[in-house]
Amino acid sequence: MQVPAPFEYERAESVSHAIALLERLGDEARVVAGGHSLLPMMKLRLAAPEYLVDINDLSDELGYITVESDVVRVGALVRHAAMLAHDGLAEHFPIIRDAEHLIADPVVRNWGTLGGSLCQCDPSEDLSSVCLALDAECVITGSGGQRVVPMADFAVGPYQTAVGEAELLTEVRFPIRPGSSSAYQKVKRRAGDWPVAASGVAVRLDGGTVIDARIALTALGVDDAVDATEALVGRPPSEEAFAAAAAIATQVSRPVDDARGSAEYKRHLAGELTVRALRSAVSRALSTTVN
Amino acid sequence: MQVTMTVNGDEVTRDVEPRMLLVHFLRDALSLTGTHWGCDTSNCGTCVVWVDEQPVKSCTMLAAMAGGKRVRTVEDLERDGVLDPVQEGFMQCHGLQCGFCTPGMMMTARWLLDHNPDPTDGEIREAISGQICRCTGYSTIVRSIRWAATHENASHIETAETAGSSS
Repeated sequence: MQVPAPFEYERAESVSHAIALLERLGDEARVVAGGHSLLPMMKLRLAAPEYLVDINDLSDELGYITVESDVVRVGALVRHAAMLAHDGLAEHFPIIRDAEHLIADPVVRNWGTLGGSLCQCDPSEDLSSVCLALDAECVITGSGGQRVVPMADFAVGPYQTAVGEAELLTEVRFPIRPGSSSAYQKVKRRAGDWPVAASGVAVRLDGGTVIDARIALTALGVDDAVDATEALVGRPPSEEAFAAAAAIATQVSRPVDDARGSAEYKRHLAGELTVRALRSAVSRALSTTVN
Repeated sequence: MQVTMTVNGDEVTRDVEPRMLLVHFLRDALSLTGTHWGCDTSNCGTCVVWVDEQPVKSCTMLAAMAGGKRVRTVEDLERDGVLDPVQEGFMQCHGLQCGFCTPGMMMTARWLLDHNPDPTDGEIREAISGQICRCTGYSTIVRSIRWAATHENASHIETAETAGSSS
């Protein structure tokens, strides 16, 4: 039987209450939202916090998806299932629906949250790459107010983020950029499993030319967005350009051999999935522009 | 700590350790052993129950987190001696062999049909993709859920026709 080590449980009644609890309880306190990453780690005793602060009652404050003219704001407590189902998100950022459809399984998606996924900061986690590709910003709230951290600076290392001990990730902001689209391509061995590898892409077109492109790789040993500017930006979106970008993705990948596949196979996936994601994102961007 | 929740319509209060998982609370504190405890890693899905009308793997939720919420377990499918169409479907179409995965399968199936009364086989397979059956190869489970979908519709039509003819 897998049971967490003993801890004390507190239930937050508001964001400010959650932060006050975290301040009072100190560095041995952890926030639990959906719990589908933290609780398994606690059951395996990989994590043994002395206090848990449950924020599941904060859906009024943290459970929104708001589409504005130039940004979509998503509260940190929004569940995967809600991200998957939201048409506004899918319209502006099809990469989100691509990725959410393949995260865990439908029952897990009912409880796991956007904020929990990002704060877990697992190198194999899909939404971190999605947010990186979309150039998202994270709103981190503490007793002194809010600060905004670009996704590129959010991950400090595996399982480590820019969120401080007495702070809460409260919102993720996705900028809407005209002429843009996006896609996510992932290979996993079976339903519910972590990815063998995945590639997320966001492109922006202007008059048949790529003016911005962001590529983020999952489970491939790459922390930052892949700089494929040279291959793509200022050029028409052609198969040659996609192949050049894929070559860069393959080159920067640092996968390891494990039960999910060999490093060689994963490097192959880095390139192939990047090409497929680019094709899909460009095709979506072109069809949106025509419409 | 003390935790209070509604389980299958009844309010229950128990003293629990904060680290007690919901699956053990249901099985050990309330003796509701219909909910099974399987892989313990949120992979197999035999522990699926509903919390506030959403299916959840109860091995991956603390009993404390379910405090103040409505929990529904497999014991609540049958009402007044009448099986839920999902239960009837699993009987009619051999949706189980050893039966270990069945409680979770049926709770997910019930939720699916409440939200999508006429699912395709693909939609059924996706809905149960977080649950593992080592006996059936899934085909008879899909068939069982389809049976339930068909017979729910039939019973609704029958009720409507009966109501129409009696007026």
